[in-house]
Parts: sequence; C-alpha cells; structure tokens
Amino acid sequence: MTNSPKGFTLNNADSCRVKFARRFLRSLIEIKTRQTNYNNNLSSSPSSSSEIRRRSERIKLKAYSSMAHAVGPRKAWTRALLLKLHNRAKRHRFRTRKRSSLAMVLKKKRVFRVKNHANFYKPAAERGNYSVLNSDEKTEKLRELVPGGKAMDICSLLEETAHFIKCLAMQVQVMHEIADQLSN
Amino acid sequence: MSSRRSSSRQSGVSMNISDDQITDLVSKLQRLIPEIRNRRSDKVSASKVLQETCNYIRNLHREVDDLSDRLSQLLATTENDSAQAAIIRSLLM
Repeated sequence: MTNSPKGFTLNNADSCRVKFARRFLRSLIEIKTRQTNYNNNLSSSPSSSSEIRRRSERIKLKAYSSMAHAVGPRKAWTRALLLKLHNRAKRHRFRTRKRSSLAMVLKKKRVFRVKNHANFYKPAAERGNYSVLNSDEKTEKLRELVPGGKAMDICSLLEETAHFIKCLAMQVQVMHEIADQLSN
Repeated sequence: MSSRRSSSRQSGVSMNISDDQITDLVSKLQRLIPEIRNRRSDKVSASKVLQETCNYIRNLHREVDDLSDRLSQLLATTENDSAQAAIIRSLLM
C-alpha cells in the first residue's frame, strides 16, 4: 500500500481513498471479531463453505457501503446506492424478525424506490434532449448499471458514470492491496 | 453521431444540452476506460464508448465479487485473530 508522505496535503481522490480504506478495514475487523465470538460460543468451524459464502456477501456489501460513505452524499450515485443498501438492510432485518402484526406486513409492500424514479415516467425529451443517445439501448443499459441512473438526464448520467467508474476502480485497487497484505 | 442541435420542443422546458457538451462528456468517459484509452483516436463512436463503459462496470463488479471471496477465505484461515487484527490495525495507521 503506498503511503503518502506526511506534511503533504491530500487531494480529493486521495482522501477519498484513505476514508474508504479506513472504513472498509474497520468493517473487516468487525466481521472478523464477530466470527471469532461466534466460534468461541458455539465451538464450530468457521470455514464451512456456506459461512465463507455468507461472509463474502457481507464483505461485498460493506465494500460498497464504505465506498459510498467515503465519497459522501454529494453525488447522486452515492445517494442512490446508500438508499438501496439501507433498504436492503431493512428488508433483511424484517425477514429475520417474526411477523407479529398486519402492520408489519403492509409496511413491506411500500415502494421504497419512488424517489429515484421521479423522472422516469417523463417523456424522454424532458429527461434529456440529446435524442440520439437517449433512445440508444446502450444508454438504457448504462442507466441500469449506475445507481440512480434511471432518473438522470443524459448529461448527469455521463458525469455520474465517470465519477462512479473512478471510485469503483479505486475500490477494487484498495481491496486488492488489502488482500495481498493479508495473504503475506 | 448526429450534428443536430437539440432542443426540447415537446416539453416547453428550455433545457438545451448542446452536442459539444455531450461529446465532451463522452470523451471524458472514454479516457477512463482502459479498453479504449489506449486507442485514443477520435473515431471511437459514442455508442462504442457506452458499450465499453457497461462492460467495464460489469468487470469491476465481478472483480469486487472475487476479491470479497478472497478476503472471506483469508479471514477464515487463521483461528487466531490477533495476527490478522495486528496487520489490519497497522494498515490503519
């Protein structure tokens, strides 16, 4: 892992990277600690493949969430991603709890995604005026891949995509470095 | 790519996104994608850039998946967590 020399001011990208690394590492420690406590209490093996798979899912979610938090809510894609992760965690907590009342069942049916799709039903011309790109199926595919992409006009979509790609690439780099460090 | 100047006649909202703006953003995107960054000719169409962007994002997601698997394996391998915790804490400094 490259260490930036002390006394130099970090630019935006660097501080983002450091924030992400710190958050993600803390999540890893937390996951590891929980695993150890679990094992100590139940004296069962931690290395079953289903455990590894489940932990891998948790690590993956923590990676995206740490990334989105490190960037902060100043970008539309981070807001959309944080909302998605938040809702997913809520649904997961709901599923692991007993359904005790009708109210809880009704709550589940509420649409959480309305905010993101506010623009979606407007005609394409209003969403963004570059009609050639807008009607392109590739643009639609991109909208699906970028968090919050469905509600953006073509300009914002391209901008957000650029930033999203930079952050995602950085996330992969940091995860790679951590994995390398841990396997030595 | 069309050279039409776009305007929103249908909606009445005056949102004029010029072609230049779009081509600017597309070329900015182009520079970020390793696939086409190396062949930085102006002949790469916007459609191709979008296609490669989608592929690149999917690849990155797959890499995150693989790395999560790898990290999960690594966290499982040592029973004794103090060595790993020490490594992780040292990375935090």
